[in-house]
Amino acid sequence: MKVTVDEDKCCGAGQCVLIAPEVFDQRDDDGIVVLLDSAPGPDQHALVRESAAVCPAAAIEVTEEA
Amino acid sequence: MRAGPQQDDDAGTRPGPPSGVTIVGASAAGLSTAEALRRRGYQGRLRLLDAEDRLPYDRPPLSKQVLSGAWEPSRARLRGPDQLAALNAELLLGERAVSLDLRNRSVTTDTGRSLEDDVLVLATGLAPVVLPGQDGLAGAHVLRGLDHALALRRDLVTAARVVVVGEGVLGAEIAATARGLGLDVTLVGLGHTLLADQLGGTVGGVLTDLHTERGVRLRLGTAVESVVGDGGRVSGVRLTGGEVLSADVVVAAVGSRPATAWLEGSGLPLGDGVETDARCRAAPGIYAVGDAASWFHEGLGRRLRLENRTNAVEQAQAVAAAILGADRPFTPVPYFWTDQYDARIQAHGMPSPGAQVSIAEGDPADRRFVAVYTEGGRVTGVLGWNMPKQARLLRQEHLAPPDARRPPQPSVR
Repeated sequence: MKVTVDEDKCCGAGQCVLIAPEVFDQRDDDGIVVLLDSAPGPDQHALVRESAAVCPAAAIEVTEEA
Repeated sequence: MRAGPQQDDDAGTRPGPPSGVTIVGASAAGLSTAEALRRRGYQGRLRLLDAEDRLPYDRPPLSKQVLSGAWEPSRARLRGPDQLAALNAELLLGERAVSLDLRNRSVTTDTGRSLEDDVLVLATGLAPVVLPGQDGLAGAHVLRGLDHALALRRDLVTAARVVVVGEGVLGAEIAATARGLGLDVTLVGLGHTLLADQLGGTVGGVLTDLHTERGVRLRLGTAVESVVGDGGRVSGVRLTGGEVLSADVVVAAVGSRPATAWLEGSGLPLGDGVETDARCRAAPGIYAVGDAASWFHEGLGRRLRLENRTNAVEQAQAVAAAILGADRPFTPVPYFWTDQYDARIQAHGMPSPGAQVSIAEGDPADRRFVAVYTEGGRVTGVLGWNMPKQARLLRQEHLAPPDARRPPQPSVR
């Protein structure tokens, strides 16, 4: 799994951090997403997919190929 | 038959996944429901119907990046062609649902076709309210869809004076964007501060000051009687006292209603939207999601209907899970945000006007703070103003944990 984020679209909601804190964080100053792990392990896959699904700015993209 | 907060008798008795799902409305809520079904392993037929003949697009940017011209309209698309193809769903675009037959679970469209299915999902969203006199007047606008945003933008780029009616989120965002385009902007609203209904007077007051500083003329506590025109073109708005504010462009942002007119007479429970139980079910095999759905929130012990983007996608996860047999109430912590000028305002929970507001971090004078809303000794809302991370941390500390977000179970059995 490969994860990419669009910082320009990100609205800083932090939904992704609530769901998958091992993969996503937020910058302290403006709350924009920080990708901690762009190729997370299988134990994180379901959480990352859920994060992408509920991101209110559609700013997370998940590619399933390794 | 009325679906109340209690579980119906046949809940969870469906033997396996449905043979087919038809989703009416292909915006964020409808599309996300389709994607969530696939992600949870559903392999059956999937149909997405939408009255608009456009690929699914996102609405929050319409009043901001699209209206300002910062984004090409295509950037507001929710998914690319590859992602839509991977969904393996039939996209029926430009076709409007006109009625629903509860017994046969079928939807009739404006082409006369009838779509019968095992499961129906209603995601038709909102219809904007118009002001008296605005119908048919050039230069008089509402903003809900992409076509609305593009039409408004075309008029704004040649206009000098715009009147925005409505002091809620949409009206305030449009006023901010129009000021950014250099227009002379007047905002008229019934409330005494901006967003008073959504955020209360304290934070509403800070926002009102911001708009004043940025040069918006505010006419708050003021009602509009009608939009007025001259020769088929808008010329302004008449206030209830008789005063006329002249304008080249008028935008009505005076609220919306659930787009459920097509369901009247169907037998579905309609109140403030399609009324569902705590699992988002309006009737056996029929679910509602998004802006038009009024569900029973078990955590709050009452019905809730939220007009925001975050709820559309969160509720979509719950609806998809329920369709595939999960038996879990939908109990989210509500969240919405708005961007105006350089202010990013984020509201977690229920920051209601009746709550007591205290500043937990930062300082409103610096336009960087977190406010905590308390009612009856309990924290009910957390609001961040240019402090997203700090607001989210306080939300985690004070508001109910998002237990609805356990990892999805990938298999359908």
